[in-house]
Amino acid sequence: MAVQAPKKRLDARAIRADFPIFEQLIHGQPLAFLDSAASSQKPRQMLEEMTEFYSTSYANVHRGVYVLAERATAALEGAREKVRALVNAPDVREIIFVRNATEAINLVAYSWGLNNLGPGDLVVVTELEHHSNFVPWQYIAGRTGAKLAMIPLTDEGELDLSGLDAIAAQGQIKVVATNQVSNSLGTINPVEKLVAWAHDQGAIFVCDAAQSAPHMTVDVQALGADFVAISAHKMCGPSGVGALWGRTELLRAMEPFLLGGHMINSVRLEKTTWGELPHKFEAGTAPMAEAVGFGAAIDYLQAIGFDAIEAYEHELAAYALGRLGELDGLTLYGPPADRRAGIVSFNVEGVHPHDVAQILDMQGVAIRAGHHCCQPLMQKLGVAATNRASFYLYTVREEIDQLVEGLHTVRKVFA
Amino acid sequence: MNEFDQMYREVILDHYKNPRGHGEMENADAEAEGQNPLCGDEVSIYVAFADDGETIDEVKFSGRGCAISQAATSMLTEMVRGRKAIDVARLDKDELLEEIGIPLTPVRLKCAMLGLTTLKVALHKAKGTPLPDGLAGFDELELS
Repeated sequence: MAVQAPKKRLDARAIRADFPIFEQLIHGQPLAFLDSAASSQKPRQMLEEMTEFYSTSYANVHRGVYVLAERATAALEGAREKVRALVNAPDVREIIFVRNATEAINLVAYSWGLNNLGPGDLVVVTELEHHSNFVPWQYIAGRTGAKLAMIPLTDEGELDLSGLDAIAAQGQIKVVATNQVSNSLGTINPVEKLVAWAHDQGAIFVCDAAQSAPHMTVDVQALGADFVAISAHKMCGPSGVGALWGRTELLRAMEPFLLGGHMINSVRLEKTTWGELPHKFEAGTAPMAEAVGFGAAIDYLQAIGFDAIEAYEHELAAYALGRLGELDGLTLYGPPADRRAGIVSFNVEGVHPHDVAQILDMQGVAIRAGHHCCQPLMQKLGVAATNRASFYLYTVREEIDQLVEGLHTVRKVFA
Repeated sequence: MNEFDQMYREVILDHYKNPRGHGEMENADAEAEGQNPLCGDEVSIYVAFADDGETIDEVKFSGRGCAISQAATSMLTEMVRGRKAIDVARLDKDELLEEIGIPLTPVRLKCAMLGLTTLKVALHKAKGTPLPDGLAGFDELELS
């Protein structure tokens, strides 16, 4: 993927000052936080906006007629508009607030899948999926008698599209569900190509953008997808809120997912009718303050600019791959820096990732060790687990240097 | 002594690099396979009983895992050899933790317990005794 030169280069050191988490020492060391792909840290601006909402405008939304309820409703709906603008959705009613991207995908798998899948149908995912975009489809396929097919990976950790015709010959493809950026290898996937293929087959395309939305512009109209799932917590927002975007005509035709308060039009003993979009899919009290925080996070990221963030992450990935390449006995997974986001997965020969991560933690370096919720991918790589270092807009090169230093210690302890 | 020397003390690294009782066993009297769903680590445990059918004569283990899980399982095989199956099935985890002798965070405690939990499941299965509460579901969910 070609990287366009951003208008202005991002100043990570200045950005870092916005994040209170870095104001502490960990085990007596400065914190090298290299686990942003699991969840990002939070800027003061976002935290303050949530506190402000709780302090001045908090009440339950929508039905209240008093001033606080009106303020809260305006704040929630204002946040929805910010999410709409972020993903360039044609209509704000297509933005459904959910807990996270996992819930967004479950919503589609249940509400669309249970009524549209059956024997002879095929759901296509990839070997690169997070469990969140794999397990729901495996389960709903099992419930409906549909089959699950996988797009395999090349040795470089990129999708191998050479066998698409063979997959199509296995049945009627109804759903193609892939991520845009792999949370495990950082691979940037050719989503537009897969959307076109899915539509040629008469299938819907579900895009897990949890790992791409924090780092690059996600434009649902340019992608052409039918559903897109994102999580706030990976993009400087709070945990507990995410969004599903879906096409109006699909969302209207779907059954609701969760049932209860707020999602109804009228409730009678004989029959309940569903509310309009997006309320039909938002049963119960909304994550109001979290949505406000999500909106503030979007403002924060947009002020810096997604082009600048994406370009900076490519820079960090290239630097990390270079520095890690200096170490003996280190296996790196995934594609070259120019075709990946700021995520680097690796293994140290003879040392289990848990031990690597533990020894790094003692030196103030936080990385993730494990299967990264990608057990099918780990099977493909022939390992139980990997180490993963991931970067974001507040990452500085010194943190990567601290990682490399730490890995020297790992080698010494296990020598 | 710094923190990683404490945790990765010589005896742990020695058991990790030279695991005792490492290998598989044909026709084991008791066996089970356990997984740590947090990290995907796997261990298989095999037990041979002595002629009395009660005493643990030999224990072997195979699988993959971190230094803590592999060393703890290696130490476990040394601890339980010659003891009665029924006693080992009820072994207090603190006995093993004392042997390991390093401070463990909750996540690493799971690593350290993988071998013992799997051994207990193997023994209960072989003896037909019900799995205790903490292990109920373990058999079904994580063991094949």
